[in-house]
Parts: sequence; structure tokens; C-alpha cells
Amino acid sequence: MRYTAPTSVAEVAALLGTDPEARVFAGATDLVPQMRAGRPEPGLAVDLKKIVRLMDVSLDGGTWRIGAAAPTADLTANAALSADLPGLVHAAGLIGSDQIQNRASLGGNLCNASPAADSVPALVVNDARAVVAGPAGERTVPVLDIPTGPGRTSLEPGEFVVEFLIDRPPARTSDAYLRLIPRTEMDIAVVGAAARLSLDSDGNCAAVAIALGAVAPTVVLVPAASEVLIGGPIDDASLAAVARAAGDAANPIDDKRGTVTYRRQVAGVLAKRAVTEAAGRAGNGGGQ
Amino acid sequence: MSRTHVSCNINGDDAEFLCDAGESLLDALRDEMRLMGAKEGCGTGDCGACSILMDGRLQCSCLIFAPEADGATIVTVEGIAAGDDLHPLQQCFLEGAALQCGVCTPGFIVAAKALLDRNPDPTETEVRYALAGNLCRCTGYDKIIRSVLAAAARITRETEEVLG
Repeated sequence: MRYTAPTSVAEVAALLGTDPEARVFAGATDLVPQMRAGRPEPGLAVDLKKIVRLMDVSLDGGTWRIGAAAPTADLTANAALSADLPGLVHAAGLIGSDQIQNRASLGGNLCNASPAADSVPALVVNDARAVVAGPAGERTVPVLDIPTGPGRTSLEPGEFVVEFLIDRPPARTSDAYLRLIPRTEMDIAVVGAAARLSLDSDGNCAAVAIALGAVAPTVVLVPAASEVLIGGPIDDASLAAVARAAGDAANPIDDKRGTVTYRRQVAGVLAKRAVTEAAGRAGNGGGQ
Repeated sequence: MSRTHVSCNINGDDAEFLCDAGESLLDALRDEMRLMGAKEGCGTGDCGACSILMDGRLQCSCLIFAPEADGATIVTVEGIAAGDDLHPLQQCFLEGAALQCGVCTPGFIVAAKALLDRNPDPTETEVRYALAGNLCRCTGYDKIIRSVLAAAARITRETEEVLG
């Protein structure tokens, strides 16, 4: 294996365009365990952490720019980001230990393409876009369109994620992410559920997005949640309908972490609780 | 293949070593620098036995490619004591019998130091969460947690005595 640490997006694009053995990494929190498990090491490991744009977390007008390689500890330590996107920041902060948080990144979490990635449902409900660079320049894609299956993405050869763009939430809008694991720390989601909700001036639901993790090959949306929630109150009846819709949208597998039946039920429970939590935050003013 | 030259600062001293590009910083510290404090437990970032501070951030050195350390400032467990004077964390681990086999101990000391540096008066819950990335198969954790809390109290007391 060779190692290089370029300082610009253009240098990375050039390396990936000329060396088919090149592979980008940020924290290597997935790459190293995969190498240890016997996957071939990259011929050229391209370290993204020396590129300022990939490490930066900043507010650009009404849009958050989160560098794809920024360690998640930089997100949880950012008070303004946490106030705007508490669900996303919570999800990022659930990934691994303090040691891992100082290396793991949202770009890695997305591109490793684990169905159980904690930050992905929270990115999706917030309509996050990924800026992708490659041989043909840069393009902006919805995060939802990037994972295509376990370990697989829609990125073309030579492409990599540079940063995420997330618009600041409007007033009376907020998000939440919940996951189930059998312990309190250091585990992989059995089910994850993110919700983002806007309330109108009467406290009724004006807009909602729910996304589930670890219950399908990729993150899944719960479009039926809009039908049961929008225009009405967040109450026991509408939340029960949300739980049913989330259970129906889930398409899980049986594995050592949970059965299909269990995951469907937990998806419903977590979706309901995530909506409740997001609604509580939105009712307290939400983002701005 | 030619080896990579790395210049960095380790425990306050300028250091240089040669490494393979795919070598972990943990292996470089142990095999090139002969600093045997950091241990390899899992090699995949789960157990924390290889915890170090790189540029002030707590990290698993098994997940760091050694060339990443070029230009960095590194603190290992060997850099925690002040000469022959043990750090209060180390003293409290000894007094509290917070170790048995000792393999996890360097990682716990470094991780606990990182915690107390940013939060000098943590609650028990905060200590448990902060050390969730460090595994111990001997002690059952209770003595470790109590020793960290005792060290926090001792550091606070010593600071107050110095400040009068």
C-alpha cells in the first residue's frame, strides 16, 4: 500500500482519475477493520483529512456545509449546528466511542454504505445533498440517491463526496433520530428512525419526513407518514398510524441482531417516538 | 518498496521514524519507537487498548496509518507522568486496584486523561460514557470508574491548594 495526503479536491480527482488502485479515506474506521478482515488493501490510500474544505463545518448563508471528512466530534461540539439539526448531530454522535468520534466522518458513514449507518436516515430527512467530485468536475446529488445496497453506492469510478449541504430548517421545524441497540453504546443499529417535522401555527403537522435505517438494503422513506400526519394533530391516533406506516415500509432481514417481525415492530415504535421528539422540538421554536 | 519517513513530536520530544505506508501508528510506536505502552487488543478500533492523543484528540492508534503522524503531536501513556511523579490518574489506579492484567490500562489512562482535560469534574455517568470505547476483561469496570472519579477530585483539590 502507498499513502498520500493531498491538500486539494482537484489533486484527489486527478489521482483517482489516473490510478485505478487509489481509494479515498477519512478516519479509516471502516477501512482498517475491512483490511483486517481480509479485504484487499488499496494500492494507494488517499487521505482526505488535509483538505480544508473536506474538514470544514460552516454556515454559508442559509445552508450548512459539512465537510465529508470532518470528524463527528466536530459536529457534536458545534453548538449552532446542534441547535439547527439536533437529530442529525445526535445520530452522528452515536457512531462509536470518543476515540472513533475523533476520526469517523459523515462521508465515510454514507459511502461505506452500511444499511445500519446512523447518520444516513438523519441526513435524508433533512434533504441533505452531497457535493460529489470526480473526473467530470462536481455535481450535487441528494444523499438518498447515493446508497444502492449494502457496501454499494451510485458514485462513478473516480468520484468521491466532498461535502454535504443542508438548508437551515425554517421556523417550527426540527428533527430527531433514535436507534435501538441491545446496550447503551458501541453497537450497530438493530433499527434506526429519523424524523423531521414542521408544525403550523395551530400545532398541526405541516410537513413530515421519516426515514428508517437497518430495515432494508438501503435507507427507506415512509411516504405514507405524510398522508396520516399532514393537516392534523400529533396525537395517539395519528402516531399509531405512523407506527403502522413505518412497519409496512420496513423490509428487514432476519439476522443475529433481530428478526423480521421484531424489526418491523421496532421500526414503528421508533418512528412514532422520533416524530414525537421532533414535534416537541419544533413546538419549542425549532431551527430558527 | 521504499519506506516512508515520518517526523513528529512524541511526548514532548521531536521524533523521526521510517515506516511502511500501510503500517499502523500503533505498530510504528511499538516497533520503531520502542514505546510499548499502547497495546494491540482488537486492531479494529473497538477495544481502546491502543488509545493515544494525536494533536490533542483521543484516537485508536491501530486505526491511524503511521504516515498520518507526519507533523503531528502525539501523547502516549509514557508521556502522562511528570518524570518519576505519577499523574493522579495513575496514582489513583494503583491505590484503587483499577487493574489486574494491565493490558487495557494504558488506554484507560490516556482516555481518562482526555476526559479530565475537557471535563475536570465529570459525573459517574459521564465517565462511563467517555470510557465506553475502552474494554477491560478483568476488573468489571467499577474500580476503574471510581479511580477516575478519585483522580478528578484529587486534581481539583491540588489545583485549589496551588491557587490558595
